[in-house]
Amino acid sequence: MSEKVLMKGNEALAEAALMAGCRHYLGYPITPQTEIAAYMAKRMPKVGGTFLQAESEIAAINMVIGVSAAGKRAMTSSSSPGISLKGEGLSYLAGCDLPAFVVNVQRGGPGLGGIQPSQSDYFQATRGTSHGDYHMLVLAPNSVQEMVSMTFKGFDLADKYRMTVMLLADGTMGQMMEPVSLDMGDVTTYEKPWAVTGTGCARKHNVINSLFLKPEELEVKNFERYEKYNYIEENEVMYEEYMMDDADICIVAFGIAARISKNAIDMARAKGIKVGMLRPITLWPFPKKEMRKIADKVKCFVSVEMSMGQLIEDVRLASECTRPVLLCNRTGGMIMTPEEVLAKIEEADKTGGEN
Amino acid sequence: MAVVFEKPKALTDAVLHYCPGCTHGIVHRLVAEAIDELGIQGKTVGIASVGCSVMSYDYFDVDMVQAAHGRAPAVATGVKRANPENIVFTYQGDGDLAAIGTAETVHSAARGENITIIFVNNAIYGMTGGQMAPTTLPGQVTQTSPYGRDTQTVGFPLKVCELLSNVDGATYLERVAVNNVKNVKAAKKAIKKAFQNQVEGKGFSLIEVVSTCPTNWGMTPQNALKWLEENMIPYYPLGVYKDKYAQED
Repeated sequence: MSEKVLMKGNEALAEAALMAGCRHYLGYPITPQTEIAAYMAKRMPKVGGTFLQAESEIAAINMVIGVSAAGKRAMTSSSSPGISLKGEGLSYLAGCDLPAFVVNVQRGGPGLGGIQPSQSDYFQATRGTSHGDYHMLVLAPNSVQEMVSMTFKGFDLADKYRMTVMLLADGTMGQMMEPVSLDMGDVTTYEKPWAVTGTGCARKHNVINSLFLKPEELEVKNFERYEKYNYIEENEVMYEEYMMDDADICIVAFGIAARISKNAIDMARAKGIKVGMLRPITLWPFPKKEMRKIADKVKCFVSVEMSMGQLIEDVRLASECTRPVLLCNRTGGMIMTPEEVLAKIEEADKTGGEN
Repeated sequence: MAVVFEKPKALTDAVLHYCPGCTHGIVHRLVAEAIDELGIQGKTVGIASVGCSVMSYDYFDVDMVQAAHGRAPAVATGVKRANPENIVFTYQGDGDLAAIGTAETVHSAARGENITIIFVNNAIYGMTGGQMAPTTLPGQVTQTSPYGRDTQTVGFPLKVCELLSNVDGATYLERVAVNNVKNVKAAKKAIKKAFQNQVEGKGFSLIEVVSTCPTNWGMTPQNALKWLEENMIPYYPLGVYKDKYAQED
């Protein structure tokens, strides 16, 4: 058992990135993720790395593109409005098949919104961060320990699949302090023969590019990329089940909403209500198969989320609308209480999810 | 038999797609000659931008990255910071560098990034078919300034070298043209120096090449050169706008 240290989520994440071999952090200040930049500004010079505060989120993500194109592990972090600005770069990363690790410590929106925790960038992360046919691998930690382990794993997945891995946290995950183990094991390194490091006049020039003017070629590129995505959907789904063995109500929640739901489930169980939870850890790929199986066992689902009903769409899709899905939500930076979740569980228990 | 003229090694065998009379071809050659002469082909990384020169990644025989519109200096910053031993240059047009990428241009200069920027200013958006550029001259007719650029409503052209000459982080700024042999030679010297500066770790160098776009200007190549001499060069005077290390030369 390795020694545990008490750390804030944002700082633990930053340290995990360093342990994963990331030596280039490019970012722009925004609340509530500033600790990541501050930590990197302090640590990067000590480990021979680069901390660079860019002139904009757009420049930061394009610097990530440059570092990644050069074959090095790169990351940026931001919060909701900043991620919108990075959208252009995220599409180019996908089009160029470049690895990158991007953190979104979500806050309430739309617009400038607020600075309190939110999960309302679910659609943005899993559907449409930017233009074109592409996906990002989206990881949703629900503890400081998972901020660490998912960061470490995220860098590996990014290199393995040559794509962007987004860690989708929220203000609570970033700000809370918990004991964590930083013992992550060895870093796997990947050959990057495609990187632009100079030809040495010894090979054909490498070109990192997302432009394909011939539609036949672009279509083939997209087909190939989706073969990779299909493989990822088969092999990289991560989730946690809680008290699902005998459950007839299934809560679906991620991140801080899942932590709160656990408390509510314990309270409901004390009252004899058979409720459990499926917590997706990968939001893309979503645990579709598991949810479809659960749909045959339970009478209804409850989507617990800090948004106006975004996760609920994946619950409906994955369960193929075979069971009613209730929504238990707060938004705008408000966090639900365990009692609010319990009330929704009791409603589900009484009505079976039917109105 | 002695070879007296050949294609630079830093150019591929690809046939350039540029229009007849376009000066991109000359500028490409000058960049490639500079790379050859400095012996840096094997460690050079180029950043192509969006616009007519987007496919320069097919033409330069060095590792290349194609950047989003205006973002080439940010991508170059990332490449250079990742592997400082590489020689990194961007090749950008006026819309890319002086409109959508103004922030990236100014701030890469402000940081004194040790990179080289080749800026081709032909006062128009070529690739999209001839729209008004940030460097379109007052009164100049384009697709989106059909009555001539009206400075009362759309303002004045940006003079990039003059603007950046006030940025402390910039090392070397020169405006050149490739309209005649004398100017081509001067342009070559400036471009080579902009790469040499990077080799020596001297910091941010930008060479603005005042260029023609016969197709979108609606002129023959010959008339385009004449128009450049009578209109472009008076508005964009050639010369060195900043040279931090001038005394040493």
